[in-house]
Amino acid sequence: MASTIRVRATSNGETTEVQVLIQHPMDTGYVKDAKGEIIPPHYIQQLTFEHGGKAVFIADWGSGVSKDPYVKFAFKNGKKGDDLKIAWIDNKGATDATTAKIQ
Amino acid sequence: MNITDREFSATRRLVLKGAGVAALIGLGVLPLDVPQALAAANDKYPEEAFKQKNEADAIKALYGGRTAEPSDQVKMDAPEIAENGAVVPVSAITTLTGVTSISFLVSENPVALVASYRIPDGTLPSVSNRIKMAKTSNLTVIVEAGGKLYSATKEVKVTVGGCGG
Repeated sequence: MASTIRVRATSNGETTEVQVLIQHPMDTGYVKDAKGEIIPPHYIQQLTFEHGGKAVFIADWGSGVSKDPYVKFAFKNGKKGDDLKIAWIDNKGATDATTAKIQ
Repeated sequence: MNITDREFSATRRLVLKGAGVAALIGLGVLPLDVPQALAAANDKYPEEAFKQKNEADAIKALYGGRTAEPSDQVKMDAPEIAENGAVVPVSAITTLTGVTSISFLVSENPVALVASYRIPDGTLPSVSNRIKMAKTSNLTVIVEAGGKLYSATKEVKVTVGGCGG
């Protein structure tokens, strides 16, 4: 299955800018479907980024994060060609992970 | 006809209850399924903070008894008017040093805390994301730096809410 995670990590030599887009419904549990039934909550709770064996960014999310979430941050010390590991877990225990090369 | 309706409804309730229980079990076994990257981070998801309805309770659950003082060193970029409350682009940046976390709260949302980002050493204190806003509300950014809390608040007008209904 194709990864739910799309990532772009670019280094300018000093800092690495990371942009991530994830495919996920991020259902709040407050929305009803066409039949009037509540769509149960289903959202990513934690998203982590690891570089060189160290966490460089951890996102803790509630259902208030938009569908197909996007996040951008930057960290120091990343080099072109380095691996950046990204993983998420949602409230139902589903997970996905990917490794991106810093460009 | 009525009886079958009622039966159907009872069954549905059971199914819904079952789904709830399954979700709870899912949360219970969470540490077993966590991928390595998550385990390495060794940082627990602040479950309680994300259960709180109002902003003050969420801040209390997330940061203990500490209160945030407004600071002009916390800068927030958010629209004056959000046409679609389901997708409101928001970013925060600060000139404060020793930043360890940045959190976003929407006071009028059903659950006030939207996102909390942990900023380890070497990561810049700046984050952009997209959030939902149920209606016109105050948006608060809280920056934790050197163990203290600093905040910035802005009202965002929402024309179409993004949390259902």
